[in-house]
Amino acid sequence: MIETPEPDLRQQAQRAGSLSMTGSVATRVLGVVAIAAVGVMALLALWISPPDAVQGDSVRLMYVHVPSIWVAYGGFVLTAFASARVLWRTRSGAGGTHGVIADRQARRWDRVAGAAAELGVLFTALTLVTGSLWGKVTWGTYWQWDARLTTTVLLFVTYLGYLALRRLPAESRARARRSAVMALIAVVNLPIVHYSVDWWRTLHQEASLNLEPGGDRNITGEMYWTLLYSWATFTVVALWIGIHRYRVLRLEELAEEASLEELLAQRRDEQAAGR
Amino acid sequence: MWREIWLVCRKDLTIEWRARVTLVQIVPTVLLVLVVFAFALDANPSLLGAGAGGLFWVAVLFGAVLGAKRSFDIEAEGGNLDALRLGGLVPAAILWGKAAALALQLVLVGVFAAAGLLVLYSVTVHDWLLIVVAGLCGMAAFAICGTLYGAMTVGLRSADTLLPLLLIPVAAPVLLAGTRAFDVALGTSADQGWSWTALLAVVLVTYIAVGWAAAGPLLEDA
Repeated sequence: MIETPEPDLRQQAQRAGSLSMTGSVATRVLGVVAIAAVGVMALLALWISPPDAVQGDSVRLMYVHVPSIWVAYGGFVLTAFASARVLWRTRSGAGGTHGVIADRQARRWDRVAGAAAELGVLFTALTLVTGSLWGKVTWGTYWQWDARLTTTVLLFVTYLGYLALRRLPAESRARARRSAVMALIAVVNLPIVHYSVDWWRTLHQEASLNLEPGGDRNITGEMYWTLLYSWATFTVVALWIGIHRYRVLRLEELAEEASLEELLAQRRDEQAAGR
Repeated sequence: MWREIWLVCRKDLTIEWRARVTLVQIVPTVLLVLVVFAFALDANPSLLGAGAGGLFWVAVLFGAVLGAKRSFDIEAEGGNLDALRLGGLVPAAILWGKAAALALQLVLVGVFAAAGLLVLYSVTVHDWLLIVVAGLCGMAAFAICGTLYGAMTVGLRSADTLLPLLLIPVAAPVLLAGTRAFDVALGTSADQGWSWTALLAVVLVTYIAVGWAAAGPLLEDA
């Protein structure tokens, strides 16, 4: 792949000043698709899909709850993958032109990791809220010390910590590498959350979809297709928000660089005037 | 490499031997946590006995947070970390040396905490081997995790408040598996104690792998 040279910092700063939106034609189209898909999903989940024989209408919460955690898992896996790329790109020994290109690519992956983690946290929060509401209807309480609930909360707090670490003022390369290491450690929690229901066998529902070959499905028919459609919808919505967040992170970096560049220019002017 | 790891480990243990922070501050704090749990649970012997395994690991986790913080506080002062690197030590040796020293200190903390359980909670141990193996795996995992996060937050202004927030949730798998294994060893659960210990070992190996990969990136920027 041929890399185009990075524009001059001052040009970037000017671009940052001129950019006030993160939208583009592609994201606007994606946004319209996402909103329309959510509308259709509401129709399917609230009217067309039948109530469950045991859970009644509360099963409709599952069309938000289950896709939310799938998307959250996807976000956390993407964070880990992007973090691995950051560490790979910023490994010691990369110098010269290759080092500049590697550093630029590392910053891109760092933004991907940050945006994906934010999405993961957002959708994990949605999972916890809808799960609590469902628990109140089904179990009679908002919270049970069920293994999967507990570990999902831990996952949520882990990535809140990750976002807190990202927000600390530090040199961008050091911050990216620290965050990348944390993301890779945090991803250890993911399989434990996923398989905890099998390990502990407590109150939580069995997985609604068994993706293993020949595995049984716990739901079928319209409910099954509505759940799959909801997952696709949430994926599109997450993609839409994620692209915007990526661009916001990029603008933040440009704004920081612009401020520094302005200060340096101001200092140079002062020195020139002093002569 | 092994010699460098031993040098760093010995340096940290020598500092600890002279300052005795683990023995004089961290161990009493961990024992205090066990006492406070008794207050919280109204000194109910059956409750304390049933929860002894979990209370042990929670207390040790607090000790690990304090130990990890202390381990990098001594490096942050006066730019010691830079001095170690200028001395020719590779980042991995520094990280593993510090992790080994922290693990040994946590074993000490664990021994005192276990003694606290036996005396204060009147528990009976049914499987000493399970206690020892699960305990060592758990302490080592806490030490590696604590060292990684200590390196991650060294020199940051909000390290004091950030370190527990980062470390405790990530150490949760160790806490869960360690608690289950101890419950079996203490006879309060009929679960598969060795399966949980195997999980502890898997988590430990994972942390070791992450540690090898992360040592350079973390300590080059620390």
